Amino acid sequence: MTEEIIVAGFGGQGVLLAGKMLAVAAMRQGKHVSHIPSYGAEMRGGTANCSVVISDEEIASPTIEHPSVLIVLNEPSLKKFEKTMAPGGLLLVNTTLIKAKAEREDIKVVYQDFTDFAREAGSDKSANMAALGCLIKEKNFICSLEALINALDEAVSQRNRRFNTIN
Amino acid sequence: MSKMTYAFPQSLSETRTHYCAGCGHGIVHKLIAQVLDELNIREKTLLVAPVGCSVLAYKYLNVDGLEAAHGRAPAVATGLKRVQKDKIVLSYQGDGDLLAIGAGETIHAANRGEDITVIFLNNAIYGMTGGQMAPTTMEGQKTLTSPQGRDIADVGSAMRACELIDTLEAPYYIERCSVHDVKNVNRTKNAIKRAIKYQVEGRGYSFVEILSMCPTNWGLDPVKSAKWIEEDMVPYYPLKKFRDKGEEA
Amino acid sequence: MEEKILMKGNDAMAEAAIIAGCSHYFGYPITPQNEVPAYFAKRLPQVGGTFLQAESELAAISMVMGASAGGARVMTSTSSPGMSLKQEGISYMAGAKLPCVIANIMRGGPGLGGIAGSQADYFQATRGGGNGDYQTIVLAPGNVQELADLTILAFDLADKYRIPVIILGDGYLGQMSEPLVLPKPSGKTFEKPWAITGAKDRDPQFIASMRLTPENALEQLNLELQETYRVIRENEVITECYQCDDADTVLVAYGTAARIANKAVIKLREQGINAGLLRPKTLWPFPSEILRKITNDKKKVLTVEMSAGQMHEDVLLACDDKNKVDFYGRLGGALPKVDEIIERVKSYE
Repeated sequence: MTEEIIVAGFGGQGVLLAGKMLAVAAMRQGKHVSHIPSYGAEMRGGTANCSVVISDEEIASPTIEHPSVLIVLNEPSLKKFEKTMAPGGLLLVNTTLIKAKAEREDIKVVYQDFTDFAREAGSDKSANMAALGCLIKEKNFICSLEALINALDEAVSQRNRRFNTIN
Repeated sequence: MSKMTYAFPQSLSETRTHYCAGCGHGIVHKLIAQVLDELNIREKTLLVAPVGCSVLAYKYLNVDGLEAAHGRAPAVATGLKRVQKDKIVLSYQGDGDLLAIGAGETIHAANRGEDITVIFLNNAIYGMTGGQMAPTTMEGQKTLTSPQGRDIADVGSAMRACELIDTLEAPYYIERCSVHDVKNVNRTKNAIKRAIKYQVEGRGYSFVEILSMCPTNWGLDPVKSAKWIEEDMVPYYPLKKFRDKGEEA
Repeated sequence: MEEKILMKGNDAMAEAAIIAGCSHYFGYPITPQNEVPAYFAKRLPQVGGTFLQAESELAAISMVMGASAGGARVMTSTSSPGMSLKQEGISYMAGAKLPCVIANIMRGGPGLGGIAGSQADYFQATRGGGNGDYQTIVLAPGNVQELADLTILAFDLADKYRIPVIILGDGYLGQMSEPLVLPKPSGKTFEKPWAITGAKDRDPQFIASMRLTPENALEQLNLELQETYRVIRENEVITECYQCDDADTVLVAYGTAARIANKAVIKLREQGINAGLLRPKTLWPFPSEILRKITNDKKKVLTVEMSAGQMHEDVLLACDDKNKVDFYGRLGGALPKVDEIIERVKSYE
């Protein structure tokens, strides 16, 4: 079993962190994992995304051409990546910021207001975490909720730890 | 019993010189050797040799040494000193090396206050390549690449290294000397000694600029060359101590 | 089982260098390797080492030269445009027989190019790169664990042969995070009687690439270097074969391109097509002999690269039958596509 996950959104929405948490959580549960961020100038203000592969087997390529899971936190990301998805894939759409609907009919689409959900929990900057919660509910192969929470501690740098209770 | 008044310095090799008649490099090498003897640091001195006429400096000094690419001697000296912290690292450079191709390395090593001593021989010309214009070539001075004389409207004025380095906070000691007569040779020796002594004491970056003759490429005989320094170079390149934090203290 | 940590390639390389005893690092910022100097800046002072941000790549490699001559294990890292500048010092160090480790986390060129990972500096790395008749050892890790492991090896090879060793990665490898078991030090030590430490109780030593006299001194130095290269060619080739034995088509790829090629091999096999992958881990010395033997009875050989076909020339040189050698590459920071590799291999059927 292998999942090829792309998390995409605006820079600052925490997509790289979300990807890293998934990788750490799955690694702690014995999976093979890899994580590649978009980097450099793209990170500032533009769109950011990361590719996470989680597998029972050794990972051949960490790069993803046809994601089996796509999490989009903003609209440009939906436009950019939906068409690349593997048939039968899972698409999570952040409806707080994305008014458009998915066009593909050969994939499963879950619409959730991640940003609103996070805002109610204390910080709209935690939409990434809300999306991860939704993802592991749909795909329990990836990791458990407990592993994900532990991963947050492991993946987040010391100086940002004070926000963890919100998440 | 007779007293020895002059001995061949231990730090100097008994090698036949490759420098031209009337060249200042040999004088400066000897001064460095005498200083190393007097401070008794020959065994812990590491010489970084540049690209230029003094590329063979290691042949004349009885110390460990290392080559540097053209202009990079201060960077090579930085790397060496940061490994061999208790050694004395000398960077010996000419004007093309120090102010043209190596201007960046010169300024930044000085600005970091690297604990090295830079000995800069300024003869206002590229010697080894046969007499091209240097950053220090005087206004109107004829060279292979300024055949009509240096036109400052076109290529700018001669650069003054001490004054440039004196704008930086970190350097500990900056002095300009000359080797065109005996009095100034003695002054130069004192400056070199002070600069190296400061490194022995771990005080940081010290810089000694030395005006020096290049009769071959200037097209002058040795006597006229010395006179040219005194009459043409010294007014533009004032001989003085720019900074001595040891004295200020 | 040893504990795994999820670590970025650039960080893993820096930590491995410290484990290998690298005490000095000099570098200049450039994407996509900026984590490396940042990591050293934080970690080296903790272990009594020295980190210094140089004023340029030219200065950085010269500082490396100075530190190496002083006897330290020393490293620098950069990305493609910066690697061009470092060629000056690398050539000097090759001529002066000074060991060091240099990482080039490649990005697309020519010129400023882009910041996405690329393999377009293969020629520069494997053909010396600077002026003169010289080689550097070139290691090509394919994943984060290997990047760390080969970093340990890089320091040993550098000291063993007194030669600059290049770790040739690409931006994807540098930025990628994967589980890592921290490597152990090799335990090997190398005496450095040639180091510049002061002429105490011995004659003065001078380290230089320059040889002016006697007349044949420079040729002599070159012959010595060539002899060292011969020994390296004979002893230090590392390569990995995946499913090559029964393959009809063998893909040849290194680094990130090899990861993608590996995935294509798996998918081809799922479709009943016998493909294999040969992955050089040393690009110089190149595994020419192994490649020739393995590919002799194969129907087709396909080089996959993130370049216009640079390693491809070495593959062509190695294979007896040039007609069966094909090339597929993407340029300027683009990634090869699994689908396109599969399509190409299927076209051979």
